Amino acid sequence: MRYLSNIVTLELDDSRCIGCGRCVEVCPHAVFIVAEGTARIVERDACMECGACARNCPVDAISVRAGVGCATAVIYGMLTGKETCTCGESCCESM
Amino acid sequence: MPAPECSSCGAVAPRTANCGMPVVSVNSTWSWRDWLGAARVRLNLGRMCYAVTPGLYAIGRPAPDAPVLVTANYKLTFDHVRRAMHGMAGWLLVLDTKGINVWCAAGKGTFGTDELIRAVAATGLAHVVTHRTLIVPQLGAPGVAAHLVQQQTGFRVVYGPVRATDLPAFLAAGMQATPAMRRVTFDLRDRLLVVPVELAMWIKYAVLLALLLALLSGVHGMGYDLAWVCSRGLRAAGLVLLGFVVGGAVTPALLPWLPGRAFAVKGALTGIVVALLCWALGLVQTGSEVLAATLLLGAMASFMGLQFTGASTFTSLSGVRKETRIALPLQSAALLAGIIIWLVAR
Repeated sequence: MRYLSNIVTLELDDSRCIGCGRCVEVCPHAVFIVAEGTARIVERDACMECGACARNCPVDAISVRAGVGCATAVIYGMLTGKETCTCGESCCESM
Repeated sequence: MPAPECSSCGAVAPRTANCGMPVVSVNSTWSWRDWLGAARVRLNLGRMCYAVTPGLYAIGRPAPDAPVLVTANYKLTFDHVRRAMHGMAGWLLVLDTKGINVWCAAGKGTFGTDELIRAVAATGLAHVVTHRTLIVPQLGAPGVAAHLVQQQTGFRVVYGPVRATDLPAFLAAGMQATPAMRRVTFDLRDRLLVVPVELAMWIKYAVLLALLLALLSGVHGMGYDLAWVCSRGLRAAGLVLLGFVVGGAVTPALLPWLPGRAFAVKGALTGIVVALLCWALGLVQTGSEVLAATLLLGAMASFMGLQFTGASTFTSLSGVRKETRIALPLQSAALLAGIIIWLVAR
């Protein structure tokens, strides 16, 4: 299943990449491959912006505005002005 | 290799103890209490207070060279990991994620680098095991920076499979995950398992709206008529609740086969089809009733479909923001129009 196209904030700076492959290991949607010693984004639209790759990149070659793709949290954020609402006690439980 | 010694108390760490601190042994089978607990939280009953005490646990008499599996202290998560370890021995390092599952807690940062470093130190793990490897669930990676954990603790992080059920195969292969073990799926069973929580979270609002519409149906030019509440009112309430269930359960079940990518679109289409089915079955008759039913069912199902983004495993925040900004005003307008047409055109 695929979500909306051409929307995610994922960026890879190949000049920094050392080809360690951590991004391939942590990505739950096989967005990356490592070929010829460097990572490449091959399934950009499959990215769900979880942020695992950026968090685990030892050379900060990946950037993404990470967050949870949850409409309930987005609406809750719109209503309360809180930007950081994710799943868990503060949000879902108060609905 | 000599038995590891505890740096603070000097005692040789026995199999299931650390500095004289007993390590809790847990078995790998589920009792009826575990099954009942799992069923309850799947229905959103006490889901936020279903936790185990963080710390180090032993499964099946682990030796000092047995693998260390890191997990969250949501009891449903903990239970799945220990059940997956049936017939094997290992250490379970349970982080304090405030009773939230690994993926959600990693998104919040409670299943994270700092908590993992703290737990490794607090449990004296380095004195319990002879190796220096932590198996962290892959879905914990949004919160854990593997290289920082290694710098701070000396433990190397290996990301384990997405699903606990793949742990035996992962361990048997020498901590190697196949590409399939690294992929998050969302098959019919996965989707149906999260449907009850979604419905339970929203049902009070759906019932309130249905009641309100039923009561409003009694209003007419001259005053108020209870007979209208019982006839048109109950049918209107039924349409609202039907739209709620269609969007909250049917849309998720049919998700891969529904056209469109936006969840609000998938929900709206399901709602409209069901409204037309109601017309075919004679549940709504006049043109205005059919129009109102289409708007009510479409709006309710679209809204519930949109909420299902949070339960799904592949939606991005950027995408959901865009979808919500467009869909929410349209859903509100369709709901309002449906209510007005139902009440006025009779």
